[in-house]
Amino acid sequence: MKPVYLASDNIISSLGFNTDENARAITQGQTGIKLHNDARLAPVPFWASVSDHDRLSQGFSQYADPSHYSLFEQLVISSVKDALSKTGIVVQSERTLFILSTTKGNIDVLDPDNAFHNDPSRMYLWNTARLIQNFFKLFHTPVVVSNACISGVLAVLIGARMIRTGKFDHVVVTGADLVTEFVLSGFNSFLSLCEGPCKPFDKNRTGLSLGEAAGTIVLTADRKLTGKDELQVRNGFSSNDANHISGPSRTGEGLYIVIKKVLEPDRNVDYISAHGTATPYNDEMESIALSRAGLSAVPVNSFKGYWGHTLGAAGIIEIVAGMYSMRNNILFKTLGYAEPGTSQPISVIDHNTKSPVNTFLKIASGFGGSNASLVITK
Amino acid sequence: MEQLIAKLKAEIIDALNLTEITPESINENEPLFVEGLGLDSIDALELIVLLEKKYGLKLGTAEEGKKVLRSVKSMAEFIRANNKG
Amino acid sequence: MSRMNFHISDYCLIRHQKIFRKGELLFTGTEQKPVPFFTEAYKHFGINYPKFYKMDSLCKLGLLASEIILQAKDMPCRGEDIGIILYNAASSADTDRVHQRSISDRETYFPSPSIFVYTLPNIVIGEICIRQKIFGESTFFISEKFDPHSLYEYVSQLLEENVMECCLTGWLECEGDNYDGALFMVEKCTTIEDGIVNFDEEKIKEIYSQ
Repeated sequence: MKPVYLASDNIISSLGFNTDENARAITQGQTGIKLHNDARLAPVPFWASVSDHDRLSQGFSQYADPSHYSLFEQLVISSVKDALSKTGIVVQSERTLFILSTTKGNIDVLDPDNAFHNDPSRMYLWNTARLIQNFFKLFHTPVVVSNACISGVLAVLIGARMIRTGKFDHVVVTGADLVTEFVLSGFNSFLSLCEGPCKPFDKNRTGLSLGEAAGTIVLTADRKLTGKDELQVRNGFSSNDANHISGPSRTGEGLYIVIKKVLEPDRNVDYISAHGTATPYNDEMESIALSRAGLSAVPVNSFKGYWGHTLGAAGIIEIVAGMYSMRNNILFKTLGYAEPGTSQPISVIDHNTKSPVNTFLKIASGFGGSNASLVITK
Repeated sequence: MEQLIAKLKAEIIDALNLTEITPESINENEPLFVEGLGLDSIDALELIVLLEKKYGLKLGTAEEGKKVLRSVKSMAEFIRANNKG
Repeated sequence: MSRMNFHISDYCLIRHQKIFRKGELLFTGTEQKPVPFFTEAYKHFGINYPKFYKMDSLCKLGLLASEIILQAKDMPCRGEDIGIILYNAASSADTDRVHQRSISDRETYFPSPSIFVYTLPNIVIGEICIRQKIFGESTFFISEKFDPHSLYEYVSQLLEENVMECCLTGWLECEGDNYDGALFMVEKCTTIEDGIVNFDEEKIKEIYSQ
């Protein structure tokens, strides 16, 4: 299959505005999940990981007037701009495609107090795609993937497929989601939010932390643009549990299927970045799927303790973190994890470790019974 | 208690969109989950919302939730015990 | 297998109170609004699946369309090998607004989990998979209009690369009083039989415009 290389990337989150800043914070074991008191978002104080909106607007003002762009739009554009600044690709070409991954996009415009509430088309993701197209003067309208929490991983594997068609030299994959009253209230009604920063795979985990972030990965057919170690996306798949629309399959059916498919026929994995949302059911299901796939001894972590669950951005920023791990041969500990808490034993990384990472597996699961996998190699 | 149970049955059918089920066909002593009505995890969360919305009652823990939501009868008893029905 | 061997083996159109399968009018409803019409159709086709009543409007539309295609026949291939690739413009807008209303007043602040779970467009894929026991590759895309070219290119690639052996694909839109369902079953076939047509962009456009 035609090689798909990884060029540049970006992460904007509570821990920083580019990949290096985020990596530094993670190396130091910092969490971006904090207690917030914002009555516009929730009736009581809530734990979440939120980006610095003032810094975002200030940075954005070098590109355009922030008052004309929503928070979500500023996040996406800023993330793309940073990633593009690190690679010389021309995005206006017919041979460049953008893919946007998000679960809810500009959903906060439904709030009557939102500055863009009176622009009824602003909430539609196709409209956001057009806005991005106009901003960057793109030839093609961005493809929009909206598939719950696997959107980010899906967007990258779809981007790789697009490169393989031979029609595109570069695919810019970007994803973002906000912490909004809309989403906070929804997860609250599921009783799935925890007090304090979440504890992935831990015995005492009680739920997830929500996070806001944007991430960008530039995929390319041009080997010269790929950085250190010539990272390549090998393959990726999605599947469905066909079991329940919100709860994961007790046997990890769908996740097991995509892990098996992406590792066929006999690929070895050095490191797994799990979904690890820290809900009792998700982490348990992942341990079952990993165990069924014979991966119990492979070092695995979750980044949700650092960034929270960033929904449409999650797959992308966690893949970027995986790429950083590969380039620097470092495995990051699962922040929030202390004691094993799943019925199937798995090898949760509990301290930062120097270790060669040649093959990296990313997995994710989401509402609707969706699951996805992706493999990157050096 | 009879009246409360009848009211609860109607409220449950409405809250959970059990469109093809009549109040008469629900046995108040039968389990709501796994067997009996065979409700699922989202239904359980909706019943928690129902108790709060209609009766001002908040369930403390998942354990308490399991006991209270065992059957229509146990829900009615919980409401009565808290002087809300 | 080359694209020459890909065929549309079945398709269902749901719009303007009518349901068509492979070009044949199967049902004309009396209800104008989407959900009452979907319920009318559900009862007419004798679909015995009480979960239908819990679904939001988008999922009801998808469940109906897929049921009509798959009700009368054997599954064209194993559940793990059937993919679902769907598109719409409005995402889950109707349900988004319902959820927003439930949180708009702090005095009556009762967000509902059974509403919130439907504020994602891909849930319709989940509902179809649960009903039909489908485990394959799936994705929900958002695009301003139905785009036969993109659908044809992407689904063809997935079939060519053996990511799936057959594909349920199309456009499922439901917002306010407007609904538009166009679902296709695309298979890898070596022979042409009655009702099977080539899978190509022109054919998709032609069927969609019926």
